[in-house]
Amino acid sequence: MTATATEPGCAERISFQASPETYRHWTLAVDGDLATLTMDVDPGGGLKEGYELKLNSYDLGVDIELADCISRLRFEHPQVRCVTITGNSDRVFCAGANIVMLRTSQHGFKVNFCKFTNETRLYLEDASENSNMRFLAALNGTASGGGYELAIACDKILLIDDRNSAVSYPEVPLLGVLPGTGGLTRITDKRQLRRDLCDVFACVAEGIKGKRAVEWNLVDRIAPLSKWEEEVASMARKTADELPLRDVQGITLDPIVGVWDGDELRYKFVTLKFDRAARTVQLELRAPEECPTSAAAAHGQGSNFWALRAFRELDEALLELRFNEPEIALVLVRATGSASTVQTTDALLADSDHWFTRETLHLQKRVLKRLDLTAKSFYAVVDRGTAFVGSFLELLLACDRSYILNDPDIEVRLGVTAANGGSLPMSNGISRLATRFLADPELAAAVLDEGPQLFDAERADELGLATYAPDEIDWEDELRIAIEERAAFSPDALTGMEANLRFAGPETMETKIFGRLSAWQNWIFQRPNAVGERGALTCYGTPQSPEFSRLRT
Amino acid sequence: MTAIDYSQKIPNNVNLSSDKRLQRALENWQPDYIDWWQSAGPTDFSQNDIYLRTAVSVEKDGWAHFDYVKMPDYRWGIFLEPGTSERKIGFGDHAEEQAWQEVPGEYRNWLRRLIVTQADTEPASVEQQRLLGHSAPSLYDLRNLFQVNVEEGRHLWAMVYLLHSYFGRDGREEAAELLERRSGNADHPRILGTFNEPCGDWLSFFCFTMFTDRDGKFQLLALAESGFDPLARTCRFMLTEEAHHLFVGQTGIGRVIKRTSEVMVENPGKDVREYGAIPLDLIQRYINFWASSSTDLYGAEISSNAANFFRSGLKGRAYETRYEDHQALEVPYAVDRFIDGKLDRQEVPMRNAMNEVLRDEYIKDNLKGINYWNRIPEKEGVEFEFHLPHRRFNRTIGDYAAGRFDLEGQLIDEATWNSKVDEWLPTPEDYEFVKSLMIPERERGKFASWIAAPPRGINSQNIDFEYAKL
Repeated sequence: MTATATEPGCAERISFQASPETYRHWTLAVDGDLATLTMDVDPGGGLKEGYELKLNSYDLGVDIELADCISRLRFEHPQVRCVTITGNSDRVFCAGANIVMLRTSQHGFKVNFCKFTNETRLYLEDASENSNMRFLAALNGTASGGGYELAIACDKILLIDDRNSAVSYPEVPLLGVLPGTGGLTRITDKRQLRRDLCDVFACVAEGIKGKRAVEWNLVDRIAPLSKWEEEVASMARKTADELPLRDVQGITLDPIVGVWDGDELRYKFVTLKFDRAARTVQLELRAPEECPTSAAAAHGQGSNFWALRAFRELDEALLELRFNEPEIALVLVRATGSASTVQTTDALLADSDHWFTRETLHLQKRVLKRLDLTAKSFYAVVDRGTAFVGSFLELLLACDRSYILNDPDIEVRLGVTAANGGSLPMSNGISRLATRFLADPELAAAVLDEGPQLFDAERADELGLATYAPDEIDWEDELRIAIEERAAFSPDALTGMEANLRFAGPETMETKIFGRLSAWQNWIFQRPNAVGERGALTCYGTPQSPEFSRLRT
Repeated sequence: MTAIDYSQKIPNNVNLSSDKRLQRALENWQPDYIDWWQSAGPTDFSQNDIYLRTAVSVEKDGWAHFDYVKMPDYRWGIFLEPGTSERKIGFGDHAEEQAWQEVPGEYRNWLRRLIVTQADTEPASVEQQRLLGHSAPSLYDLRNLFQVNVEEGRHLWAMVYLLHSYFGRDGREEAAELLERRSGNADHPRILGTFNEPCGDWLSFFCFTMFTDRDGKFQLLALAESGFDPLARTCRFMLTEEAHHLFVGQTGIGRVIKRTSEVMVENPGKDVREYGAIPLDLIQRYINFWASSSTDLYGAEISSNAANFFRSGLKGRAYETRYEDHQALEVPYAVDRFIDGKLDRQEVPMRNAMNEVLRDEYIKDNLKGINYWNRIPEKEGVEFEFHLPHRRFNRTIGDYAAGRFDLEGQLIDEATWNSKVDEWLPTPEDYEFVKSLMIPERERGKFASWIAAPPRGINSQNIDFEYAKL
């Protein structure tokens, strides 16, 4: 985890790659079907200067390692059935996000930090739902704020009962902000505490401990100090045994390395080409000519399996755009390469019961969700040589608009596969097609009815997949104007507009976290009562007391 | 319900007899307290008459009523220093405002935390000392031990009074938990580390009352400045009693030093151990341990909580009135941070360094005690100088916990520490030797081999007075 200042864009580029050998803040120990993930944050190991990660508090660097851990558990240790998350700090499990880090960060970074940490916790829950893996939070000390938010992302919570250790949300009383990493959502929707008790809990800085924490369902069990290790081990064992044993062989996740060449950042299957003056970037996702045709063959390729690598690269590219390219307004998305490779691979991922192909599909799902949640405008550019097919068509469906070149002499290829039928759902729990055609499910069905045959621009337009489908004469101007117009609008208004338009349809815990909790948090993060000269977040840890504007808005 | 004469059973100046809420709370808590005293307080002496001081009123001399009493019948009272309703808050953001007679809702949780943390230390020390009665070096010392114990018990009462009176159901639950935690218990230890250290011999007891109770003194001094008036007045009254505990510690160690010095003079060149006295360097090691462990009690050098407590007017500085600036916002405080293995003097906002400010006062006070002890061998004609270990030595809390420091506060490596630790801190052999001396002396006016008689008795009684009827 390093921040280097060698490339264009953001002054200090953040890298999102991590691996267990170089973790600074976690240790991952795997023993058969049990894993222990121990949080041991290096106080001097912050991503940036100017804050100390005391009491197992975290910053983005700590969370990048956590996300990496979860990914590695899913791909490298698929035999693991229970992951115990615990801490290595005396009397404190985790104190949550580091306050000085939050205070000294720009608003945009803060928002992206929170989004990333939310995605990490959802990724953990997704593993629990889909990867034959349960998570046990073994709180060896007080879990406050983000510490408890991490715990409630787990399936079970065991809290040490030393008459002192508590779980708490001190944000409102101490910091004037919210437990915004899913905290207020999970406590009502996942653990389903009564709202009045949630209200009390979220207003008591020191939290709730012991028996009452169990009574209120804040934790599942408490265990005395002298029996702690024993209880953790037995609960982990019991949790693991609730799932079927899997005789599976993990793969090794090789690092994703991008290479800069002028204004281009190139990966194997993904390229980002920046036009910084226009504040745009072209994002290309390529399918190779060759691909494995069986799950065993795909597994044999490990992390070189193209469908896995391509989406891991896309993930990395999206994080680059979020954190290292704050001024880029618009992403022009092109899908290229072999359509039959995508068709073959989508079919393989849909039909196979192999853990590895299933895991790859879940990773694709997660990366596409990350795109849905990225605060940039996305246009799909369907022009010469593109192939928006199946899982690649999902990119088009994820975009805010699609521009399809409709000219009889130029080949553009579109097509559906099983991947469009619901195996890559959005945060709202339904497919992108279903979300797009919310008013008329038959229109979604009509697209799926196209079957394995590729179709052209004309047909795509008929099916409602094109926002605009200009011919070659109009194409360039249409696109240029659309791009320039987009880049001229208020970035804030665009972010808000897009976030509202992208998630039609049902609410889920996920959409509530990003659409409600995060939105309120981001509002509060801008308000003087939090970040003004005498705001609570500003004053925390300083000699000054906060002074609030008493107006309710 | 049987009518209880509260003013008789529980001496108080808080109108207990007319306070139904407090009565109800105490009625439930008091039997648990007695159970706690029987099971965790001094062992085996509950039927003996002990010559104890009881506070029966806040009038002059009322705090020092001497008589024989069986400890479980001790009248643990509730006293606040008489106050004026005119008192103003003396520091922080609310300075010059009227002191609070009720808990300000805004600070309710912080205040409760402060009170619980202070309260937790009171029964803890009783638990730590519960076996010492069996090895008391004299009736005089036995009586002093029990006096300290019952007064720590009363201090618990004083804090429980605040919890019961001002913190509703939460306060009652916290009061109950104060009796559930136990010093050194594997499952529910006392909150602060030092209060879980075993206090298994009398040299430890004297060190405890010298160094650990002195932390209590300074915490009480800081809380005695509180803008929450009932807390301030409670703590002021407690300070009078705390002074006696410090007297027991300081003079106790002084008498051990005196005895050793006498033996050294009478038997030059001989090992004082042969005469049942305790070598001065061994005493120094005990001092090093208890002084450093107690120095931890002030918490981390830089603390948001400390800043919050000060700015909100809940916890001031010791002797706040001696300061000119009660805001502590303008002038920074220089502190030696220890970060990434290096010492670095930094200027930090004074409010965030309040733990360190209080620790400074504590260290100054400790040095006075060391000076007092150094006069004893000097007077006897023995060359030996006691030292207070540097604040960085042997710390487990705060910046310095991350490194190794010698007695002068110099940064040293682990190997040096390991080679020196037996010179600096008590060894298993030291503990073994001290333990071997712990033979009770129960004859009136007699003292164990390792400790000198005090210059005078308690409450102007003779030294051979029957301080405990065994």
